[in-house]
Amino acid sequence: MVNSVLSIFKSPTMKFSVPFILKISVLWILLFLCPLELSNAVAVTQPTPANSYSLNIESQHANVAVASNFIKPMQQLKAQFEANTPHTIRVSYSSSGKLFAQIINGAPFDVFLSADQVKPDELIKRGKAKAHERFTYAQGTLILWSSKTSLVNNSPDVLYDNNFRKVALANPKFAPYGQAAVDVLNHLVLLEQTKSKWVMGESISQTYQFVATGNADIGFISFSQKPDYGSYWLIPEGFYKPIKQDAILLKNAEKNASALAFFQFLKSNEAKNIIQSYHYNVD
Amino acid sequence: MGLTDSDINAIWLTIKLAFTVTIILLIIGTPIAIWLAKTKSWLRGPINAIVALPLVLPPTVLGFYLLIAMGPNGPIGQLTEQLGVGLLPFTFWGLVIGSLFYSLPFVVQPIQNAVEAIGQKPLEAAATLHSKPMDTFFHVIVPLAKPGFISAAILGFAHTVGEFGIVLMIGGNIPMETKVVSIQIYDQVEALEYAGAHRLSAIMLGFSFIALLLLYSFQKRGLASKFRIGR
Repeated sequence: MVNSVLSIFKSPTMKFSVPFILKISVLWILLFLCPLELSNAVAVTQPTPANSYSLNIESQHANVAVASNFIKPMQQLKAQFEANTPHTIRVSYSSSGKLFAQIINGAPFDVFLSADQVKPDELIKRGKAKAHERFTYAQGTLILWSSKTSLVNNSPDVLYDNNFRKVALANPKFAPYGQAAVDVLNHLVLLEQTKSKWVMGESISQTYQFVATGNADIGFISFSQKPDYGSYWLIPEGFYKPIKQDAILLKNAEKNASALAFFQFLKSNEAKNIIQSYHYNVD
Repeated sequence: MGLTDSDINAIWLTIKLAFTVTIILLIIGTPIAIWLAKTKSWLRGPINAIVALPLVLPPTVLGFYLLIAMGPNGPIGQLTEQLGVGLLPFTFWGLVIGSLFYSLPFVVQPIQNAVEAIGQKPLEAAATLHSKPMDTFFHVIVPLAKPGFISAAILGFAHTVGEFGIVLMIGGNIPMETKVVSIQIYDQVEALEYAGAHRLSAIMLGFSFIALLLLYSFQKRGLASKFRIGR
């Protein structure tokens, strides 16, 4: 069985003899083990540091899970936070739904910046976080964007004129920005009329990618994603339910100084200014 | 089973896609495979490498390049626009094109190996009997390399059913058009509908196992001497 599975990859041009494959495998294994051995050796010979500062840094690492609409502000927040404190954070970007699934299945995240309020609610219900350790860090702004210069003239006309082939939106089934896009189309009474032209991204990042590559003429994205080119319509706030995005401190983080510090930092005016500069509303 | 309409649509679409891709791949893969099996040209190495590329490339790379190439500024996109068929991403035929690249090695390699296993003798014998190339193909190569063709069809079909990354990148999640089973499962996981995801995943697991079981049990029956998937 194993042989025949392996044989899939043995095309005739790759007729390696068994000893050759063995040698190659041994070489690879050695290559992989070498750095390990080296680092072990270093660890053993290293004198114990006089103060345990460096060890502390190691333990002060926080893992932050961030919804993909928040990539740009998060990059700046991370830089600012790490510049001002001895702490470091590692950031994972993905859709909120995927991050949620990872967290309930034991992913080692300390802080979760969701794109909605539903998932933090659910995490509290499942005992992965405490209710008082959450707050709304940002309220998202939706725009209708095109990578073409004059297609969207800061108005919904392009939608009414039906002057497009495909409109991209994040999947409303699970993405808050997608649900907001549906709200807008509903408000404009264009939901049914446009449905045949929808293409759905699995996240707001993919939705952006569909429009940026020109495969969809227009698309609903987060204002924070908008690049310097193209044309857009800043959708009035009343057209969709507010996209309130909540941050939550997870159970993992209880004794993690970096995580606690970052969570506090997120509430600071400094952080709020950064978040606002990417067109999010903050309290 | 408790499958929803949306599940059933996704299953139908997946079967339709895999079937279309398998047929097309058998048609275009066979000449490539036979050429590769016989040629002594220096092009053999490069072509072999190109055919095998999807085995090692992440589907995201293929999907990303296809999205750009089939977009309004890409070469394929400009061609299809000029032909008046519009842009291919987010359409069924866009997925077919993506899958053709993705599953190509799984169809070409088994046929190639089976044809190589036939060797020169039967073909020379056919030639001495003044067999035309087409006759040689249908009456010598096809019967002798039959296990290769069957394996190619099973692998091509199963691999297309199991496709995910490319469809995610160029599909756009349109029901009845590009929302295949793997995307439907992904959607359900994202929407936290784990029960629905379980049902479809179990079906996929069963299907994949049966496809491979067919392949391997069929190889065991004395055909192994002539043919194995790789060799």
